[in-house]
This record gives sequence, structure tokens and C-alpha cells, in this order.
Amino acid sequence: MKSLKDRLRLSTFAVLAAASLATFGFAADDAAAQERKSIKIGYAVSKTGANAGGAAMTTIPNYKLWLADVAANGGLELPDGTKLPVEVIEYDDRSSAEEVVRAVERLAGQDQVDFILPPWGTGFNLAVAPLFDRYGYPQLAVSSVTDKAPEFVKRWPKSYWFLGGGRDYAGALAKMVDSQTEAGVINSKVAMISVADGFGIDLVNAARPAFKEAGIEVVMDRTYPVGTQDFTTLLKEAAASGADTFVAFSYPPDTFALTQQSQVQAFNPKVLYLGVGAGFPTYGRNLGPKAEGIMTLGGIDIKNERNMAYRERHKALNGEYPDLWGSVITYASLQMLQESIKRVGLDREAVAKELSTGTFDTVLGETKLENNQLRQLWLLGQWQNGNLVGVEPADRPGASKPVLPKKPWQ
Amino acid sequence: MKPILGVLAAAAVFAGLAVAPFYLGTYGIGLMIGMIGYVTLASAWALFSGPTRFVSLATVAFFGIGAYTVSVFYESFPPLMVLGLAALIGLAVALVVGLATLRLAGVYFVIFTFGLAELIRQLVTWYEVNITGTLGRYLFVSYGPEVVYWKLLVLCAVTLGIGYLIQRSRLGLALKMIGDDEVVAEHCGLPTARVKLALFALSSVIITLVGAIQAPRWTYIEPTIVFNPTISFLTLIMALLGGANRLWGPAVGAVPLFLLFEWLSANFPDHYSIILGLLFMAIVFVLPRGVLDFLEGLIARMRKQRAGEASGAGAGRGAGRLAEGEAK
Repeated sequence: MKSLKDRLRLSTFAVLAAASLATFGFAADDAAAQERKSIKIGYAVSKTGANAGGAAMTTIPNYKLWLADVAANGGLELPDGTKLPVEVIEYDDRSSAEEVVRAVERLAGQDQVDFILPPWGTGFNLAVAPLFDRYGYPQLAVSSVTDKAPEFVKRWPKSYWFLGGGRDYAGALAKMVDSQTEAGVINSKVAMISVADGFGIDLVNAARPAFKEAGIEVVMDRTYPVGTQDFTTLLKEAAASGADTFVAFSYPPDTFALTQQSQVQAFNPKVLYLGVGAGFPTYGRNLGPKAEGIMTLGGIDIKNERNMAYRERHKALNGEYPDLWGSVITYASLQMLQESIKRVGLDREAVAKELSTGTFDTVLGETKLENNQLRQLWLLGQWQNGNLVGVEPADRPGASKPVLPKKPWQ
Repeated sequence: MKPILGVLAAAAVFAGLAVAPFYLGTYGIGLMIGMIGYVTLASAWALFSGPTRFVSLATVAFFGIGAYTVSVFYESFPPLMVLGLAALIGLAVALVVGLATLRLAGVYFVIFTFGLAELIRQLVTWYEVNITGTLGRYLFVSYGPEVVYWKLLVLCAVTLGIGYLIQRSRLGLALKMIGDDEVVAEHCGLPTARVKLALFALSSVIITLVGAIQAPRWTYIEPTIVFNPTISFLTLIMALLGGANRLWGPAVGAVPLFLLFEWLSANFPDHYSIILGLLFMAIVFVLPRGVLDFLEGLIARMRKQRAGEASGAGAGRGAGRLAEGEAK
């Protein structure tokens, strides 16, 4: 008689063997050309692992919404007016760089998709950029903040960069502080903290020269490690520094902790600027009137009806409003892809050219890339009457005036 | 006669693998890079951890050191020299760590090595934040994935070759003794600390080189990307599945597991992590000493059973039970 253990061992072995066979099986798929019945679109994003939070906020819901919108429209339209349904191939890169590279290789080489949507995050977009380039796929890199976009465009002519760089955001912040100083609303001193990781380092490195150039004195400049949750000492130091402006280039958990602890300590700077997370819809909702006056990156133009309609559709499908920085841009980039396919068809070379040179009607309004980069961005936003409105660039149509000084916590 | 045949067979396999890129598409090459990478990692890990039974979770620390070294120096020196430099840095770190820790035993060593990976990640982060002021580094190379693959393949062959030589040498015997009972080994006059240190350094240098060779795959190097602890865990489970104290054990574990992961992530992207967790538990529970050990036990049992049947059914059953006892 066989023992239970023996049977378990054998069955495990059988599972392993079957799995190896299946791997070779799907490699042998015949790629016979058949009449086109669908358009294949693939993507790999971080559904699990360290990057899952960011991808679940900015990227995945917008891919889902766009695909649902396309399906409701009867498919993607081609130049001759026919519509083809979209076949989606979706992978989880598990927040691993090697995995995202291989998933894109699989999409290009194995699944032979027509278009690939980008992963979430600066590092991962850069990791796959050489592959998109080698296989001739246009890369709509939205969720990546980098000052090197102009160099990347030269290196990878079919790459598109939608979210600006650290210098843009820090420059806009310095400009606002400068103009408020000149107006006599605040003094010209800034206390600044930043998280010791990609985003914080990029932003603080750009902010130092930007403040200096604007003649603003940085009286406190400290970094803190990722995962810090107790900001008592840093906030005390900032309060004692005499600066009217407090800037934190922070990640979502730090942003929430800083908000909470500033209230507890009755820390009331005249300008309160926080990093990623202050633009999440839950942030404004949870804080209610207390969010009023808080500044951060991004923002929207609430008078833009198409954007507001997009926000409602996003909520209807995903059960939550989109974040107020990258989400709407992600969706707009997909609309640009859709419109390009409608204009020039499925030839990737032609689509890339159309993306570089065309003008598009998107949820952002009239959208056009400059040197493969989106430059119509809200670089600084402020919570006003329950909305995160765009403040800088101040000369952009739809810009709101900053309301400062921020009222003390209630 | 037999060892020569084995070496020839291995040489034929590697020759076949070397020409594979000419027949494989992009995805195939990417797959092979991942697979050979893990075979090398698992074999290198088993060089030290197999015979000594010191479970190391420091794999990703050295892997990351290799990747980072390349991202820092790839523009300053020719590629092979950068690899040499990475190996030297890996060696230096391994010696320091080895001298400090190899007298730790059991779970303390496991925890130390796990902490080491985190420590090095934080040190790199601190350095980049405070000294250079940039966290991410860009790594642009002109060669394609085939070159990465060939380099890895050479390293893989060298690793298995080293493993083969060690097993046939006095060092191999010494290691087995340390694994069986360190105190006895010490009393027999073995310089246990020195032997362990040498093996740990060798294993770490190979792991460093795997990281250095694979780094150009990612274009952008950041501590969170190259010090991903999953690499340590996967290496460990692969070596355990195949059997960490046999030359081909880690390869036997790494190949099917890697293909299985690939198949799972292509076909069950949403359930991957759950299946993976269950699988890890299944491996440790069902095959605690690895596939090769299990197969050898199975073959031995069948032989004894057959011998038993020849001399009488009752005796056969008894022999089978005895063999099962031995395999445990």
C-alpha cells in the first residue's frame, strides 16, 4: 500500500512536469496570419509588490476605464471607419525589474500585440524603454517624473513623456513662494524636508537651486528615510526655524502622517506644501474643510467639463474618483493613442509620427506634445472649496489664484 | 571512464545552449537569461550553503553590489574590467562579512544575512542621497540580450565546473564533515573557519558576477530594484527543491521552478503570488531534501523491492519499508 506521503510527492512531481510541458506547449503556438478580427493591446503593471499602490491609483483604473470606453464604443476605429474589438493581454510585473522586462519581451515577441501600454513608475518605464524602441512600439510613459526626458526622446524617438520633471515642479513652487513674498503675504524663508528616495531626492535637488535663484532662503533642509512615521522633531524644528513656508517632498504614508501630526502640534505655516498623496481623492474627503489651503503637485481645472465628466465616469467604473495629478493624464494619453489609430491605422511607425506631431482633443482639452513631451501640466495645486485646483503655471488658462496664508488648523 | 563521459555530456549541453540565441526569438532569449541566471545563482548559493548547511539570505546583497558596481563604472572601464572590479568588491565584502559572521550558527546566521542585504541597500541609498545627490543611475549599453546570455552561460559553466572540482577534492570532504558535525570536524584538526570563509567568498563572488552581468537588462538601477529580497528567497527555494548538496541539484530545481513561475505569471497573473506561496510550502513539506534525493530514494527502493520479489514476496515488502526509512 502506498503511503499518503508517497502520493503527495508523486502528485507534486506531476504538477511540476505538467507545468514545464505547458510552458513549451504555448511556445509552439502557430502564428499563422489570419484575417484580423481584433486589435491586441497588452500591458504589464505592478499589481502586487512595492509599486502596487501607485499602479492601483494612477494606472490600472485608467487602463480599465479606457478599455471599457473603447468596448462601449464598439471597438477601436480604423481609418476606413471599421471598428475592431480590443483583445487585452495583462501581466503583473510583481514590482520586479526583471519581470517587467520579460513581460514586455513576451508581449512583443510571443503575444505579438499591436500596442503595448507602459508600466507604472519612472524606473520601470526606463527599464522597458530600450525594448519598446527595439521592437518599434510607441511608449506613452506617463507615470514617470524625469528631467531627462529631452535626452530620452533623442535616444528613443518613439518614447513620449507626460509628467514633466522635478525641475518643473520645484520651479513652479519657487515661483509661487517668490511672488507671495513680493506681495508681502509671507516671509522669504523656507523649511524643507524630503524623503530619501527617488521622488524626494529628485525634487529636493531641483528645489535647492530654484529657491536660491529666486532669492529665497532655505533655513532648514533635511532628509528622512523611507518609512518614517514620526515627524515630531522635524516639525518642531520647522516651527522654530522662523520660515513661513513648509515644504515636504513626501510619499503618501509620510504625507498622511505629516498632515496628522501638524494638526496635533498646532504647526501652522502660512504655506503648507506636501508631496505625493495630498492629491489623492481620499485625502481631501477625509480632511474635509481642514484640507483647505494645502498645496501639492498637480491639480485640475474644475471648469473643464470634459475632465469633470471623466472623473464621474472613473468613479462609476472604479468606485473611486481618480487622483488629481497623473490619472487624467494617463487617460488622455490613451485617447491620443486611440485617435492616432483612427487617423493612420495600426502601423506603429505612422502612429508614432501622429503622436509626435498631431493635435488631439482629450479630457485635458486640446492636447499637443512638444518634442514628445506633454508640457501643458499643472505643476502646483491647492485645495480650495473641496477641490484641488491648478495654481501654477499662473498664466495657463483655467489657473486659480492661490489663497494664502493658509488658515490655522481648526 | 564514467566522469569523462559526464564531462563530455555537460560540454555538449552547454554547446547546445550557446547556439540557442540564433534559433530563439526575443522572448526566448529573455527566458533563457532568467533561467541560466537562476541556475547560476542557485548553484553558487549551494556551493557554500549546501555542504555547510548555513542558510544564507544574503544572495541579493551580493547580486545588488554587482549590479551597482556596473552602473557606477560601466562608462569608465571596458566591460570585462568592470566585471573584474565587481568581483573584487564582492570578494572584499564577502571576506569582511565572512570573518565577522561565520562563527555564528543556525538561525543567527540566517537573520544576519537577511539583515546584511537590507544594510547594504540602506548604505547605498544613504551614499547616493548624501554624497552624489542622485538615487537612480542610468545604464546604457550598446549590446543586446544575447551578449548578456552568453556571459551568463560562461559563468554558469564555470560555477558548475568549480562545484565538480570541489566535490572531488579534499575540500569537498572537509565541507561534508563540517556539514555533518562541525565540532567533530574541528577536533579532527580541520581549519573549519578558514574553509567556510573560502567557500563563502567564492560563492559570493559568483553571485556578484550574476548581478553585474544582468544589470544592463534594466537600463535604470535603483536600490529598490537591485536589492529585491525576492531574489534571495527564489534562489533558496530552487536550490532546496533540487537538492543543495548535489552538483546538479540546484539546476534541477531552478529550471522547472523558473519555467513554472513563468507559466504562472503568463497565465495566472492575478493568482501568481497565492500559488507561489502554496508551492513553497509544498516543496518544504513534500520534498524536504530535494528532488534528486527523492528520486534516488525511489530508485533504491524499487531495486530493493525487485530484489525482494525474487527471493519472496514477504521479504520484499519488508525491504521496501526499510528503504523508505533510510530515505527519511
